[in-house]
Amino acid sequence: MKLPGVRQFTWREVATEARLLLIGIPVFLWTMIPIYHMFLFAISPKEDAFSGKLWPDHPTLHNFEIVFKQQHYFLRDFYVQFWNSLVIAASVGVLTLFIATAAAFSISRLKVPGGRMVLNLALFTYFIPAAFLAVPMYRTMGNYGLLNNHWSLILAMVTIASPYAIWVLKQASDKLPVELDEAAVMDGATTLQIFRLVYLPLMMPSLVAIGTYAVLLAWNEYLYAFLLLSNDRELTLPVALGNFLAADDSPWELLMTTGFIYALPPAAVYYAFRRYMVGGLTAGAVKS
Amino acid sequence: MAITLSGDQALPGPPLSSRLTPAQVWGIVLLAPYLLVFLAFVVYPVCYGLWLARAPENYVALYNDPIFARAAINTLIFLVIGINIKMLIALFLSGFFAVQRPWIKWLSVIFILPWAVPSIPTILSVRFMLNPEWGVINHLIFSFTGDDGPNWLNDPTVALSMAIAVHIWKSLPFWTLILITGRLAISHDLFEAAEVDGASWWQKFRYITWPSMQTLYVTCTLLSMIWTLGDFNSVYLLTGGGPADLTHVLSTLGIRYLRLDQLSLAMASIVCAMPFVLPLVYFMMKRLSR
Repeated sequence: MKLPGVRQFTWREVATEARLLLIGIPVFLWTMIPIYHMFLFAISPKEDAFSGKLWPDHPTLHNFEIVFKQQHYFLRDFYVQFWNSLVIAASVGVLTLFIATAAAFSISRLKVPGGRMVLNLALFTYFIPAAFLAVPMYRTMGNYGLLNNHWSLILAMVTIASPYAIWVLKQASDKLPVELDEAAVMDGATTLQIFRLVYLPLMMPSLVAIGTYAVLLAWNEYLYAFLLLSNDRELTLPVALGNFLAADDSPWELLMTTGFIYALPPAAVYYAFRRYMVGGLTAGAVKS
Repeated sequence: MAITLSGDQALPGPPLSSRLTPAQVWGIVLLAPYLLVFLAFVVYPVCYGLWLARAPENYVALYNDPIFARAAINTLIFLVIGINIKMLIALFLSGFFAVQRPWIKWLSVIFILPWAVPSIPTILSVRFMLNPEWGVINHLIFSFTGDDGPNWLNDPTVALSMAIAVHIWKSLPFWTLILITGRLAISHDLFEAAEVDGASWWQKFRYITWPSMQTLYVTCTLLSMIWTLGDFNSVYLLTGGGPADLTHVLSTLGIRYLRLDQLSLAMASIVCAMPFVLPLVYFMMKRLSR
């Protein structure tokens, strides 16, 4: 008898759902286990964390309290380091946006002589693995006298972020109709006015995506930060996290708590701007 | 500076300013910041690095360093095995995530997390899970079997596999996302027609999905290989190159030489990778700058 309002599932449908679940559940576990493990440490007292329990007997926020009150040797500069990370990420975002937007406008809209060549050079930089450039970059920063100065990390990250930024912005600029510029010129607009009043507003979605990309890249960067900065009060958070491992009896529950706090802002930013990121970045990332 | 880049501008003639329109002058001004960054932080370091690595003794020293040979082999394993496994999984999962279900939509949002969070805390989290004495994995092994689990990161093969696994964990979402976009671009009519003709899922994949995705798939694989050459974090934060410097890859090896104050060796090890990197880069540039 067929019940009204209740869908009848055929065996075939049930089998399909079961197969999907058979993929979905491992994918979920694979994705979540390292993150859950980090979270578990953050809410566990030390004894529980080291006993391999899957849920602590006494979940607590005490670790967060220690971090926020800087009550541990490894955490004595937590706020300074958090601030350093923030300032560096924001500076990289602003500088990359400025440099890349100007370059993309120049290449795509003004058709500057040699623009094509600059774009190819930028693209070439984009493909050089960042860890390879790090070695000569370290020495160069030494030659410039910038080691242990935030500017070294900011400039290094701008160097790494701008090629991709220019490339994505150039692709996006090419899609704007050329008639817009022509009409603005007819109305007597200067180049700068076109840039400010026509170009920038139309490019907003791509600019948001690229700004987010550069900020996250700088916030997440470990290798360059650890090479270029070494004074405790100059460090960014990821390097400070790496330094936890220097001790034999590292306070892993505090390391994971700090790591959890450090991971929250980029995750939040990513999800807030996901709409822009997915459209703006994946479209430019790989053109088939 | 910008002008010298295009050859014809260097010809003798009237002063530049009179030959350029105001728009072109602005073009050069707006391009200048990037060119400055490029000259100061790409051209100069690269030339300086190549100059440091010029002496043949460096290459003899590298040749005689067993750690270098090991790192080169590890890098090859990482790229050839690791990346292909990752891309195959990404291709498979892109099909899974293309299925329309509310719960799969939610799962895809969660699935992005490894890509969205920084790698340092998560890699360290995995490192502690693998800790032989206190890690949760060996605790579970002990409670189920009563035996002590293996000392995961003390065996170079296992340690390198774990580093590859961590790399896959981190970058799988990104490539899956790209391949999903590729898959969604295929016309749905094709699949409906195949459905009517009673095609099996393998036939649909073989004759519809794969032909329209193979270019994207190959591009993604090559791009991922180039970038993975620069993946320092997965190896350094998990194994630190250990045990006994047996799990280094080229990117961590370069930094190891740098820390040992052997800058010319560090540069030479990178120069050795160039014959493999440059053709890939050339190929990618051809593809992307059409």
